[in-house]
Amino acid sequence: MPINRAFLGRDLPPSEPYDVGREKIREFADAIGDPNPVYRSRTAAQALGHPDVVAPPTFAIVLSFRASNAVLFDPELGLDYSRVVHGEQRFVHNRPIRDGDVLVTRPRITEIRDAGRNELLTWEARISTVDGEPVCTATNTLVARGTARTTEAFGGSA
Amino acid sequence: MTARLRYDDVEAGAALPAQRFPIRRVDLVRYCGASGDFNVIHWNERSARDVGLPDVIAHGMWTMGAAGSVVEEWAGDGGRVVEFGTRFTKPVVVPAGGGEVEVSGVVKALDEQTRRATVELSATSGGAKVLGRCLAVVQLD
Repeated sequence: MPINRAFLGRDLPPSEPYDVGREKIREFADAIGDPNPVYRSRTAAQALGHPDVVAPPTFAIVLSFRASNAVLFDPELGLDYSRVVHGEQRFVHNRPIRDGDVLVTRPRITEIRDAGRNELLTWEARISTVDGEPVCTATNTLVARGTARTTEAFGGSA
Repeated sequence: MTARLRYDDVEAGAALPAQRFPIRRVDLVRYCGASGDFNVIHWNERSARDVGLPDVIAHGMWTMGAAGSVVEEWAGDGGRVVEFGTRFTKPVVVPAGGGEVEVSGVVKALDEQTRRATVELSATSGGAKVLGRCLAVVQLD
């Protein structure tokens, strides 16, 4: 079943605030195998000119993934998550995410289209502080394998 | 820990130091917890095969994170990566005995106005190219 194009361009409600903490940043840096002190030590981060411990460049995926539940699991959207693989990911930072940030994510679905037998869904996670300072935009592209309308038209099993 | 890289010390075409990242099933479990993505294909072999995968695969975002750490190591400050993007071209297969990803990079472009460098990263695993058009823009001093 194809993804519902009525969702294209739709802004979804903002997420609950997320408190960025040093221990979570450390946990994430450990998990990607990066031992750098800037992700762990306030002294090391401040020596590089940051106000506090900063998060690695892909940390925004934690915020984005949390918000994705509201985006992707609306039954009206018609996305079969068992067919989904991650196609593409992009982050644009106004500044690094850091310890102490309280962040809100505002999702927007920006693209739904066919790509051969597959469909692509792209959605943006616009991440700002609760005070409205923009911090990062994460653009997430998912591939739903074999769900394109053309597949159905030929009566193929999806 | 290295100092922050200066724009004047960087040349287009320069290679970033390559790094190898071993990846075991337990590392994927750790990344599930750290990222919040507990998709079964990243930790359960039977479930992965049931959806047509050859075995358990790593999160694309784990590989992107590993690639980001190569940039961070080179730049001396991960907080200076202003843009970072990639396509996920092939899965990183992680059999029960573990796998490995190798990441390398090259400076593609320099912008004198902004003092930013664009770096292209390559990642391979099991002979396959797992990231495509993986580009990071780094603010240099």
